[in-house]
Amino acid sequence: MMTAAARMGDLVETALALSTADGCVVIGAERTEANLRWAANSLTTNGQMHSRTITVVSVVDTSGGPASGVASRAISTSDELAHLVSASESVARAASAADDAAPLVQPYEHDDDWDSPPAKTGIEVFADFAPALGRAFAAARTHDRLLYGFAEHTVTSTYLGTSTGLRRRFDQPAGRVELNGKSSDLTRSAWAGVQTRDFRGLDVEGLAAEVSRRLDWAATRIDLPPGKYETLLPPSAVADLVLSIYQNGSARDAEEGRSVFSAGDGRTKIGHRLSPWPLTLRSDPSEPGLGCAPFVIASSSSGGLQSVFDNGAPLAPTSWISDGHLANLLNTRNWAGRTNAVAHPPIENLILDGGATTTLEEMVAGTERGLLLTCLWYIRQVDPRTLLLTGLTRDGVYLIENGAVMGAVNNFRFNESPVDLLGRITEVGRAEPTLPREWNEYFTRTVMPPLRVPDFNMSTVSQAS
Amino acid sequence: MPDVDAGFLALPRSTLADAALSRAGDLGATHADFRLERIRTAEIGLRDGKLDSTLDDEDLGMAVRVIHDGAWGFASGIDRTSEAAALLADQAVATARVSRVLNFEPVELAAEAVHRDITWVSSYDINPFDVPVDERIGLLTELSERLLGADGVDHVDAHITQVLENKYYADLSGTTTTQQRVRISPRLTAVQVDRAGGGFSSMRTLAPPAGRGWEYLTGTGWDLAAELAELPELLAEHAAAPSVEAGVYDLVIDPSNLWLTIHESIGHATELDRALGYEAAYAGTSFATIDRLGSLEYGSSIMNVTGDRTAPHGLATIGYDDDGVATTEFDIISSGILVGYQLNRQMALANGLGASNGCALADSPGHIPLQRMANVSLRPDPAGGSTEDLIEAVDNGIYVVGDKSWSIDMQRYNFQFTGQRFFRIVHGRLAGQVRDVAYQATTTDFWRSMRATGGQRTYQLGGAFNCGKGQPGQVAPVSHGCPSALFRGVKVLNTVSEGGR
Repeated sequence: MMTAAARMGDLVETALALSTADGCVVIGAERTEANLRWAANSLTTNGQMHSRTITVVSVVDTSGGPASGVASRAISTSDELAHLVSASESVARAASAADDAAPLVQPYEHDDDWDSPPAKTGIEVFADFAPALGRAFAAARTHDRLLYGFAEHTVTSTYLGTSTGLRRRFDQPAGRVELNGKSSDLTRSAWAGVQTRDFRGLDVEGLAAEVSRRLDWAATRIDLPPGKYETLLPPSAVADLVLSIYQNGSARDAEEGRSVFSAGDGRTKIGHRLSPWPLTLRSDPSEPGLGCAPFVIASSSSGGLQSVFDNGAPLAPTSWISDGHLANLLNTRNWAGRTNAVAHPPIENLILDGGATTTLEEMVAGTERGLLLTCLWYIRQVDPRTLLLTGLTRDGVYLIENGAVMGAVNNFRFNESPVDLLGRITEVGRAEPTLPREWNEYFTRTVMPPLRVPDFNMSTVSQAS
Repeated sequence: MPDVDAGFLALPRSTLADAALSRAGDLGATHADFRLERIRTAEIGLRDGKLDSTLDDEDLGMAVRVIHDGAWGFASGIDRTSEAAALLADQAVATARVSRVLNFEPVELAAEAVHRDITWVSSYDINPFDVPVDERIGLLTELSERLLGADGVDHVDAHITQVLENKYYADLSGTTTTQQRVRISPRLTAVQVDRAGGGFSSMRTLAPPAGRGWEYLTGTGWDLAAELAELPELLAEHAAAPSVEAGVYDLVIDPSNLWLTIHESIGHATELDRALGYEAAYAGTSFATIDRLGSLEYGSSIMNVTGDRTAPHGLATIGYDDDGVATTEFDIISSGILVGYQLNRQMALANGLGASNGCALADSPGHIPLQRMANVSLRPDPAGGSTEDLIEAVDNGIYVVGDKSWSIDMQRYNFQFTGQRFFRIVHGRLAGQVRDVAYQATTTDFWRSMRATGGQRTYQLGGAFNCGKGQPGQVAPVSHGCPSALFRGVKVLNTVSEGGR
């Protein structure tokens, strides 16, 4: 068997050489994954997966402008590349001019090692984690509690080549752990989650202790009606809400008048104050601990947000919100060109920081009466004009009185706009790495602060426990 | 029946299966199954009539699943040689050995007949992958431009997604099936921007994703042209409509909206793996626990719900599942009482529920089969009338059309849905559109408030391509049939005031 190391870079070169189009981008992605899933203190499934996908973007010049065709295949041998390239070209030759067309990216200076073999993961990544999880199961059994959850590690090695001569290469490790604890009668539920790049030094005992502490809090059950409550949103909940802002941050949508960030007459809310707090929302490919691809990897185009023509373009640190003001919206190189703006393609990490040092514990201690949430779930957009979202609280809503947790409250359905929330918060805590609960399958690399909201809209009670 | 794709048939499927299954048998597996699957997906996206995105994707791989010493083992790979197939069997048995240490109950499967040399193909006329790309782009461009040319339409988003799925399954008992499914989903959204006021409004076509071919876009099964002709006027009325007054209303819900409420509040709630807690940390559990089977009053006495993988053009429809089970139709709710769950062979036997009803499916060759949703459908009233008849029975209400936003809690109690358009009903007649409507209820309260359902002529299949479940996540297509239905006294929110404005 040939080593995958030599193969992927060669496969990309072979595909580029097979191209008869006017321009071509080839993205090779070698992905390895290991995961463990457990329920009721017992492993339920585990798996190791390996996939190799090659995406070919062909560009053909037409009288109306460049047209593109994208084809993607699970590739087993180099014999399959001719079919793949041909499939991509036949789409490009049949297509009308691409709305997102831009010149392919030219080579530029970078430090990537094209010849380096793909980084990989396997079940051995859990060598320390699995025994620690086993000890947590044993401890849970002795306390008549049940642990559920999922641990996953993936490594995606990307080799990106263009017919203009650019070659870029990136290894993206990503990991996540979700630990859910329940009382044996299933009436109490608590959750803790972390993102990790390599599972090294991951504190399973600490996670289990946090879940256990919260299940203890829930020994007292307090029923509260719907209403507007002073609410402490922990970093995980903030991450899910802020991701909704990011995903709806299309400059094109805003300029076309169809976004919460539209200001009418083709204008956007860039420059508008979103929060009285000096908040910064930013992305940076080289952020320590949150590193992500420093160049565009786009296997499909999407409405002014992402373009296959931008593949390989370098990504610079970008502020989306600066000192509480909307600073930048997402766009492609094409849209930036059409609107005399700077291109801001999506970057795969997100950091919200208000410069504060107050911990969530200190915020609890400073609360006279309010709710402490654990995380949010089933978040969906209700009204795109205001970015009104609905969703549920999940796995622990706690009543705080006079600085102390009094017990667990029923779950609620909320209706809130995260954009409105930024304008209403009364306290920002210390930012820390966190795992979004709702969207962690798609986006893990976040740093978020806890936030205090004086009047969070708990619209109705959910009987779910 | 259309032919199975020649490119798939050219793959050495039985040779690969023999290599994997004989190795698994030699290693002592008591059950082993092999899948060779190819999934082709093509997408076209237009923004304001201009080509925004194209995609032509193909996933091809194979998977081996075994029961060895009472434990499951699974492995999947992409190299299609006999050696690689046998190696997958080795890996699957090795995984089973690891799992055995941590699993206490030996896995056993409900009995199933052997189905030899079966070929099954879904119902469609034209394989959309046989239609040239330029023709596909051309039709979508024409439909977009038609909409874009209408008064009051400022922007149009248009998408077509089409899928061709081929699955070869073989197991140690001797079952071998070769199956092919086709599905297609057209979606066009018209947007009106209020330049002066700064707001905007949008409305999407109701044409549901369907287990049909390219003919679906040219008038078979849905009149897309007629729908597009009506859309601009409906959008203009929606944009100018008054905001709803929050309160309690009787609702007549159109199948184009009700299918999603069924999906969330019945479909997921009656998946036995959820009811048993396997999804507790992620997708969630269910209030409809197994101790309530036969006694839970899910809804009013006119509520009858079935699951099936047999409805023509249904997205979950398939001949045989990934447990090698011949699919069927089965009762879930009869006269308002919970009487059944969606099952796979393991859960059927372990819970004394008889044979499996064919709900084990993996979304791709790289994933293990999970218990996945059948077409869960609300039966129409055999003596039922039209949607207009239901509207006539309402004094003060709202007629809800088209799905939009959806959210439900992790035990499937509390939900909130919006829609594409809402018409006030006053004294039995439609009285123009209102906007900013969401309805919110608890599942059993809602279904117990169902007072009438329309007849067969109001019955329609809705559905989605992207039902998510499991970790790692899997997506599955599923349809839900239902008639129009009347619900008394449902809480309606005004989404603008919910947002504090």
